[in-house]
Amino acid sequence: MIKMDNVHKAFGDNRVLQGLNLEIPKGSSMVIIGGSGTGKSVALKCVLGLITPDSGEIFVDGKPAGAGDRDAFLARFGMLFQGGALFDSLPVWQNVAFRLLRGQLKRPVEEARAIAIEKLRRVGLKPDVADRLPAELSGGMQKRVGLARAIAAEPEIIFFDEPTTGLDPIMSGVINDLIREIVVEMGATAMTITHDMTSVRAIADNVAMLHDGVIKWTGPVAEMDDSGDPYLDQFIHGRAEGPIEAVR
Amino acid sequence: MNPLDLLARLGRMALAALASIGRVALFAISTFTNMLRPPYYPREFALSLLQIGWLSLPVVALTAVFTGGALALQIYAGGARFNAEAVVPQIVAIGMVRELGPVLVGLMIAARVTSSIAAEIATMKVTEQIDALVTLSTNPMQYLVAPRVLAALVTVPVLVGIGDIIGIAGGYTVAVHNLDFNAAAYLKNTVDFLEPLDVISSLVKGAFFGTIAATMGCYYGMQSGRGAQGVGRATKSSVEAAAVLILATNFVLTGVFFSL
Ligand SMILES: Nc1ncnc2c1ncn2[C@@H]1O[C@H](COP(=O)(O)OP(=O)(O)OP(=O)(O)O)[C@@H](O)[C@H]1O
Ligand SMILES: [Mg+2]
Repeated sequence: MIKMDNVHKAFGDNRVLQGLNLEIPKGSSMVIIGGSGTGKSVALKCVLGLITPDSGEIFVDGKPAGAGDRDAFLARFGMLFQGGALFDSLPVWQNVAFRLLRGQLKRPVEEARAIAIEKLRRVGLKPDVADRLPAELSGGMQKRVGLARAIAAEPEIIFFDEPTTGLDPIMSGVINDLIREIVVEMGATAMTITHDMTSVRAIADNVAMLHDGVIKWTGPVAEMDDSGDPYLDQFIHGRAEGPIEAVR
Repeated sequence: MNPLDLLARLGRMALAALASIGRVALFAISTFTNMLRPPYYPREFALSLLQIGWLSLPVVALTAVFTGGALALQIYAGGARFNAEAVVPQIVAIGMVRELGPVLVGLMIAARVTSSIAAEIATMKVTEQIDALVTLSTNPMQYLVAPRVLAALVTVPVLVGIGDIIGIAGGYTVAVHNLDFNAAAYLKNTVDFLEPLDVISSLVKGAFFGTIAATMGCYYGMQSGRGAQGVGRATKSSVEAAAVLILATNFVLTGVFFSL
């Protein structure tokens, strides 16, 4: 279980998170929605310790996220970055198998490569991309390699920052199914950021909407449509008119 | 402007300078502790050896040969003013080995290696690759910084040694072919004149300069701001800082070796 308790984060005078409270039960899939620039990516990075919150606390399974062995802590996580963040000096398969080639989870090279190719297949990529460099792939292909890397070591907790942005509708469907499968079959806890309402309905157990630095609404995905919350309604129907200003 | 304002401004600048010296020092300490602590990344280290050592050889050789040649011409012309043309081999040897070899190689490494390390790491920072490393349980200080600094620490002294030899060879070629020196006598004078301390000081300087060059590249890369501008600024600052620090360290080391 992940619990964020009254988390604040500002960059200079840009107050991004202003008291974020959120709970993600173990083995469930939480989808975070919210306008561009509201701090969704920052919230994920706070949990991983990539960004230190100004105040507030974050717990993973009841323990403070910063405490204890950091390697062991991070070994439980997988993260797909919004921009892919592939290592451009390494071929695709070594990106995917990065964790399996060094450190505590190290395995023989052939085995790591076989796992990488299997994960690439699961995100809809053919084995022949394995030996290419990330720069030689299209944006959507890079995104999927990032996704394969995030799930390669079969982590317990997986964060997906906009997994389907830049993908065609069919591939989006494949990725949505994959994320759902990882949660249901592997029992992983997932936290996904997306702007795509089809993905929200396909992936989510629970939905949280971030606005003005706080969670404006959170609840099961089934209750999303008749929440009665004007912010959420405006967002899911994509209306320009409403309490959320279009210029921000 | 009010004199107190000026004082306050100077004070702030001094504090900022001290703070950044402190940050660099902490970074350097952390680099060395991370070098000693496993896991080690031999592949990264080998790639760094290739990049910093082997691929720097051409530019080091060219710098040294032209400098040695020019030095011989200058000393000959200058020496002629008081009938001391004969000292060319000795002065070329001492000038190359004690000062010009290490300093010029150090500055070339700052231009070539510091800039490329800073640009590479800064780009990784800007594209979240450093964050990705962390989430993949890999410490960037161990995976990126330690191998590069260690590689520079061991290869730059070798480059300086090679630069010294090529510089002396440049001086020898000019002296023998253009200034009618006797080849055997030139070599004998050079070898007889150089003392072990000259060579040791040269290599020790190389180790310091290599460490400084790689450390500054890594430091500014890791500190990079966002966007292409951040990468540009990191690269520029890293080379400036490395060059100035190399020259200042050279002054101090020369003092330590030869006037204490
Ligand atoms: N490292 C940083 N330094 C300074 N400001 C930052 C940093 N990271 C994020 N920000 C700022 O924090 C705010 C939230 O950024 P974030 O990336 O979390 O947005 P987001 O909700 O993920 O948006 P999008 O949907 O467009 O990805 C933005 O105003 C951004 O400029
Ligand atoms: Mg984002």
